[in-house]
Amino acid sequence: MIMAFKYQVFLCPRPKDLLLISYNHIDTIRELVKETPVALNQVEEAHRKIIEVYTSLSEGEFQLLRQTLLIFLQDSHIRVSLFMKNKVQNPNGRFVLSTSGPVPHGIEVPGLIRMFDDKGKEVTRSEFPTGGSYTSPIREGSFELHGDRVIRLGLNMYTVNHPEETHTSKAAPVKADDTPNLLAKEELNQLARLMGSMKSESTPKSEPGFRINLFTTDEEEEEEEARTAGGAGEPLFGVINIQAMQDEQFATQLAQIAGQFADEGEQSDNPGSSSNKGDDLLDMMDQL
Amino acid sequence: MYHREKSIQIKNSASSLYNNLSVQRIAPRRLTYFTVVHANVVNMVSASWDGLNYSHRQLQSKEPNVATSTSLIMQAAFCVLPSRDLLVVTSQKGIQMYESDGSIMVYWHALDTPETPTAQAVFARGISAVWQNYICVGVSSGSILVFDIPTKGSNITLSEVLEEHKDPITDLASECSGSQECIADLVSADDVGNICVWKSGEEFQLLNKISGFDMTCSSVKLWKGTVVAGYGTGQIRIYEAVTGILHAEINAHARWIYSLDIAPFSGLLLSAAEDSLVRVWHLTLTPETNSVEVAHLHNECVTDTQICGAKFCDGDGYAFAVTGYDLSEIIRYTQT
Repeated sequence: MIMAFKYQVFLCPRPKDLLLISYNHIDTIRELVKETPVALNQVEEAHRKIIEVYTSLSEGEFQLLRQTLLIFLQDSHIRVSLFMKNKVQNPNGRFVLSTSGPVPHGIEVPGLIRMFDDKGKEVTRSEFPTGGSYTSPIREGSFELHGDRVIRLGLNMYTVNHPEETHTSKAAPVKADDTPNLLAKEELNQLARLMGSMKSESTPKSEPGFRINLFTTDEEEEEEEARTAGGAGEPLFGVINIQAMQDEQFATQLAQIAGQFADEGEQSDNPGSSSNKGDDLLDMMDQL
Repeated sequence: MYHREKSIQIKNSASSLYNNLSVQRIAPRRLTYFTVVHANVVNMVSASWDGLNYSHRQLQSKEPNVATSTSLIMQAAFCVLPSRDLLVVTSQKGIQMYESDGSIMVYWHALDTPETPTAQAVFARGISAVWQNYICVGVSSGSILVFDIPTKGSNITLSEVLEEHKDPITDLASECSGSQECIADLVSADDVGNICVWKSGEEFQLLNKISGFDMTCSSVKLWKGTVVAGYGTGQIRIYEAVTGILHAEINAHARWIYSLDIAPFSGLLLSAAEDSLVRVWHLTLTPETNSVEVAHLHNECVTDTQICGAKFCDGDGYAFAVTGYDLSEIIRYTQT
């Protein structure tokens, strides 16, 4: 998680783009809670407040903000498999800094030297080799409540299309040991129980709850399905489906037990008596 | 033109701060000192010229007599005056001055912090020795503090406060050519790109103000009456200090420039940016035609590194050193 944040702050093209990355985050949160009006309103309000506070900051102030964040994130070099697969992180944990591609909005493509006379008229123009291959900037993203942010940082990295990615990881087709690890199953069941405790207010039209995919991307799963459906080969791994819907009976039982603890706590306070530790201790000693 | 030499390892990685490398050459002892800032610590390395001996020291930003206070350091720089050398460290709490080997702190100046904390950050940034006996330090309010430095001892006093900039100071630089003829002694730059040119004295005099274009000027140098300024747009602009005439503009880098340096004897210019590139240029001044020519000489790419400090190690520009964010080494290059 910290590496994803570091990746976004480190590669932020202009300091002001920290806002655009945050707006990408907020846009995605908005999508996730769109079925729950209370949460949606709060997200909108938070977004409005951020716009109000941060829009007036200068580039210099944003850079100071970014520098302070970078100090906090310094020396973390945790390797993240998704980043290494997408070739944005090296095996030594450092992020890849490209010397080619579009320059950020508001920056000129490097390579030009212009010299002027003392009247301000341009006298000579010359070019120098930049050691990279930079191109003109693309359009600027929107800083409004809604709009195309343009920048890709801050979007869901699991679904973003990477044209430069050559092939997805293929597990070696070796017949693996099929006996399920019972401890793993129990842990996954526990995760399902914990996840099943959030209730969304209105019944969603699209999907019941949400899916968590711990290991492969959606594309890889679809490929797998297509492959096994066609009868071409055996599935590389077994799939366990876990139902993480809220168990009504279970939840009400839990609520009752929790209520009993609260009642007992209240009854032990006698109104009027100073229930301090000294008195309790004396009571205990009397009983001996 | 240059090739990479063996790096010097430092105890911590460099933080992402403008001008995050300071170099001082001690010729009589055949040593070079380097300082690199990491959060609330200054890493000092003393390197012998034969490459055999390295000694390390760390300085913390602390108020004297307060055990637990530390704050983030914004910059550390050597100040070379005719009578003595000092190491100045600026932080969010104040300004510390040490003997240049970092052994003793000789002066502490606390910044005025507001009673109720505001949203504006308070810090000192921008350090330069000026003329015979002054050290100037910039502040986040835009003020420049002028300290009078005696030839020895710790009786350092605040001589004047220059109020011209309204935005946080980013960098200060003094005339480095050694020429006595230059009128301008000091140049100051701020977060919105405004540049002020000063003449030192018992009362400093504002000679010129060059307006910015709402883009931070992160690094500035003054050489033979010429201001060389690096901006967050990746551009380098060269102005005549006293008149403000723009001599040249270079679209030098694809990201924010973090450091500039000039080798005064040869006119070599070094620029380094977050785009991972260090570039070497040559400046030629022709006083008769009042013109400046810029030629590009060399590029070095420090792979996958956002560079935050680059300095020549000597007055001819025979060698230079580079630091980068998250890098625990000082990379060195020498001319082939």
